[in-house]
Amino acid sequence: MSHDRSKPDRGRVELNSEECKGCGLCVEACPPKVLRLAGHLNRYGYHPVTCFTHGCTGCGICFFVCPEPGAIIVLRATALEAETLYA
Amino acid sequence: MASYTVAYEKSKSFFEAYERKAELQHQTHYCPGCGHGIVHKLIANAIDELGIQDRTILITPVGCSVFAYYYFDTGNIQSAHGRAAAVATAVKRARPDSIVLSYQGDGDLAAIGSAEILHAANRGEGITVIFINNAIYGMTGGQVAPTTLLGQKTTTTPFGRSEWNEGYPLKVAELLASLEAPVYIERVGLGNNKQIMQAGRAVRRAIENQVRGLGFSLVEVLSPCPTIWKLDPVDAQRRVREEMPKTFPLGVFRDRTKEAAARPRPPAPPPIAEIPRILSVANGLPRTKAESQRSTIQVDLRVKIAGFGGQGVLMLGEVLAEAGLDAGLEVSWLPSYGPEMRSGTSNCHVRLASRPIDSPLVSRPNALLALNEPSLDKFLTSVEAGGWVLYNGAALPDGCARADVHTISENFTQLADELGDSRAGNMVMLGALLEATGMLSGDSIRTALERLVKSQRWLEIDRQALGRGREVARRGGFHAS
Repeated sequence: MSHDRSKPDRGRVELNSEECKGCGLCVEACPPKVLRLAGHLNRYGYHPVTCFTHGCTGCGICFFVCPEPGAIIVLRATALEAETLYA
Repeated sequence: MASYTVAYEKSKSFFEAYERKAELQHQTHYCPGCGHGIVHKLIANAIDELGIQDRTILITPVGCSVFAYYYFDTGNIQSAHGRAAAVATAVKRARPDSIVLSYQGDGDLAAIGSAEILHAANRGEGITVIFINNAIYGMTGGQVAPTTLLGQKTTTTPFGRSEWNEGYPLKVAELLASLEAPVYIERVGLGNNKQIMQAGRAVRRAIENQVRGLGFSLVEVLSPCPTIWKLDPVDAQRRVREEMPKTFPLGVFRDRTKEAAARPRPPAPPPIAEIPRILSVANGLPRTKAESQRSTIQVDLRVKIAGFGGQGVLMLGEVLAEAGLDAGLEVSWLPSYGPEMRSGTSNCHVRLASRPIDSPLVSRPNALLALNEPSLDKFLTSVEAGGWVLYNGAALPDGCARADVHTISENFTQLADELGDSRAGNMVMLGALLEATGMLSGDSIRTALERLVKSQRWLEIDRQALGRGREVARRGGFHAS
């Protein structure tokens, strides 16, 4: 997927790797494909999800397909800055 | 540097930490990729959006989601298997302003709880039901469910479900949509992002209906069970998307949310002061006139009454218990119903005590009223030494004598028949017991009879029967001073 790395991402995810059970539903669902399961295991023996590259749009799809209530927080660039960034 | 604000985060309707869990309080107990967590989040979001967290009561089932109360910071009641819809009915009726959500799986709702859900829907109860259908029993390890797909292998259908052996998958949404009362029924899936967002809208709508005071709403959610299906979560999701809708088509099966009128509120309960009149005890609830006696006389009467159905076993116990209430004693009355109602053997346990009663079960009676021979055979040995045995027969049968108990053997039924109705034999027997033990005042017995017997004719027969019984006891030399 093409992505202009000179611009900040429109969205950002905070992933709680201890709550994650590595089911991979978010990896499958993410439209810009910025998520993948880590090579390492977390304390509970799962490969937790990580955001490995730029391009998050803050769409929130990963949040809704994730079965854990608090494993993913989705953030979006504030409107004002988004305007100036993408004007 | 760009600044960011939170778009989606953990719902406020979840606990911050799951302190009700014994361990791993930072994550749910569900398996990786389980649909329950996703639906929990959809429900919690809807509760947040509607601003109803403080008046929501979640009724949880038996199954994997039995522990949903670990997570939801709302009111919670965990109900007996299959009974969530019945419990939800009671909660909603008792607290009409609460938002009552019944959360049930397919084993709970469609198998053991099929009667409860059918009738709750048919009554149009103003509750919201979230029905999680993963086509299998998850918690117990993968047995066939009513919703299991044809051909699907489970531990109890190892060759696949067959319509000839296990029947067809039960289509709950379609079934309930054939009823008149439900307002909203939709089937959704968790098969991909789009389906999940639709599920979120349906869940929100079903809850919003209740906020608007409309009747029964149900959302059936096709949900993955990766562990039991033995699929990885992504493949399980695919199965929900591609396989399950062939049997369980997605869509709205009932939508009367536009035209439905708000369900009338249940009538307010009558004032407490009116209740004695409604229960026909207008002369007042049982008095505690024996307050003073209670401290001096220690009563601990454990009575077992046994006989054929129709001999008045339960009634005898009821009169005794009611008279005990009148005398200010602690009482319990435990009838044994069941097939005995239809002319088998029947028994009841009565306790009268001056102290609080620990258990209403009488396993070591100090008075046995045996209205027939089988009852005497069965319970004689259980009577405490020094206790009383009253037997409804002219003489004790062979081998039934016990030297360490007081025995009155008399054909009580015959005596009642002479008074005009053999069915009063129970009262003759009660009269004998009262006379022999002197345990309750004549006043208390009369009061009890007047409360329980509405027919004047029977009241008269019962009074005579009691008197006859007292005579029998006195004639036999049994008379408490």
